[in-house]
Amino acid sequence: MGAALALVRDDGPAPVAAPAPALLQVAGVSLEYVAQDRIVRATHRVSFEVQRGDRFVLLGPSGCGKSSLLKAIGGFLAPTEGEIRLAGAAVREPGPDRIAVFQEFDQLPPWKTVLANVMFPLRTARRLPRAEAREHAMQALVRVGLADFAEAYPHTLSGGMKQRVAIARALAMQPTVLLMDEPFAALDALTRRRMQELLGLWADAPFTLIFVTHSIEEALVVGNRILLLSPHPGRVRAELDAQRFGLHSAGSADFQAQARRIHRLLFEEDRPA
Amino acid sequence: MTTTLSRPEIEYRLEAVEPSAPVAAPRLWQRHAGLRKAAIVALLALLWEIAARIAGNDLLLPSFLQTARAFATDLLDGELPGKAALSLALLLQGYLLGTLLAFALTALASSSRLGRELLSTLAAMFNPLPAIALLPLALLWFGLGKASLIFVLVHSVLWPLALAMHAGFQAVPETLRMTGRNYGLRGLRYVLLVLAPAALPAILSGLRIGWAFAWRTLIAAELFFGASSGKGGLGWYIFQNRNELYTDRVFAGLACVVLIGLLVENLGFETLERLTVRRWGMQR
Repeated sequence: MGAALALVRDDGPAPVAAPAPALLQVAGVSLEYVAQDRIVRATHRVSFEVQRGDRFVLLGPSGCGKSSLLKAIGGFLAPTEGEIRLAGAAVREPGPDRIAVFQEFDQLPPWKTVLANVMFPLRTARRLPRAEAREHAMQALVRVGLADFAEAYPHTLSGGMKQRVAIARALAMQPTVLLMDEPFAALDALTRRRMQELLGLWADAPFTLIFVTHSIEEALVVGNRILLLSPHPGRVRAELDAQRFGLHSAGSADFQAQARRIHRLLFEEDRPA
Repeated sequence: MTTTLSRPEIEYRLEAVEPSAPVAAPRLWQRHAGLRKAAIVALLALLWEIAARIAGNDLLLPSFLQTARAFATDLLDGELPGKAALSLALLLQGYLLGTLLAFALTALASSSRLGRELLSTLAAMFNPLPAIALLPLALLWFGLGKASLIFVLVHSVLWPLALAMHAGFQAVPETLRMTGRNYGLRGLRYVLLVLAPAALPAILSGLRIGWAFAWRTLIAAELFFGASSGKGGLGWYIFQNRNELYTDRVFAGLACVVLIGLLVENLGFETLERLTVRRWGMQR
């Protein structure tokens, strides 16, 4: 068991530069939840560190506890064991320094227009004056290409546009970390590609992103660092580098090899020797 | 035998299509729900007129025209508007108080488990209790007058509205809740900025039910002790005219209750719904 969990570093990239104190530290975190009077363990002693500016991907099949981990970082779920520290302070409750973008389309209050949606946290959490919040919100909408829809209500938008509004809302807040739970999972492939291009755009103004997905391709394209989680309960299988992959390397041999390796780690060698 | 025929592949040139065409303007009849509703009311009035003429007994069933005449007379000499204003003023006080209490109770219920159990227990106990059955007790406690009526009005509004509000709060999607908590919203701000607007369809339907219950309760209560109160409202007007066998004026009083109900429903609640939940796509 211990051997199977050891960090594999056979063909990894050049060693990381002198480690700065990590922005986010997840140390030995176990998460449990109650399902029909049984306690189910979602993750078992998961540890990892996220550096400032990382696009850190939590990757694994369903049941690996990746969404639960994201919720725990968001402060929505308290660990039964271990600790999560953000910029040195323990995470205890939800807060606007960690803005989450969820998979579900109903994360936009339907009673607010697109612009009001983006302004909502700026006004309530950051307490910006109306004019300033409006300006920030419009800039964020321009970045996701939805400036023309500022006065529309969410129910008139497509699923992909709703997700982009949610992303604009998160970006406008400039959180310490941005948490994304499979924001493109319910969208079609073409929109996903557009979203990934958007992620590339964000590299211009770097921020720290923690991204949950079950798609190996998406993990490799979006992330610079990938945490592989094995299911039932979620345990760390490997921590891999994906710095060198982007949208345009998606077909390359190196990319394919890394994807195969991840597949092997997740699905073939998961039985302890 | 099982192989499918090989068929040729085809590529089509995309036809140029106008991106959007204007919707044909609906006919007058289709556009105005009010027009259709008015037609229904007119048909009912006609049936009433026919039935009254067949029955031929003014004391038991005055005709529509007789009632309309009595209605117009009392409307013009200010008796009916005065009584209606009295009833409405009282109704609004009880309704607002009941709404505030329902909101407080629901906010409590959505923030703690004990609050939730308090609401469900109280509502289960008191919701089936007719407000009118509490009137003798209210009269004992608060005496004859406004306070007693407001007490039973609050009772009739509070429970159905609190139950509807609570059901609405419970049905707010988890994602929306998490979004609100994500922004550090808590307590009353969380309820006011996230839960209440998200539950607005349920709240509006609760307000509607509460309004109808309050109206019923008030008219019944005014009938109940109208005899001993010097200054009654619409219920008292109905009661008094029945005693004096002015059946056409009894009907005029009833018609006034119905008309106010229709007005509030169609101008008040319909407008509120159109401006909020329907505009937001939360309700069709």
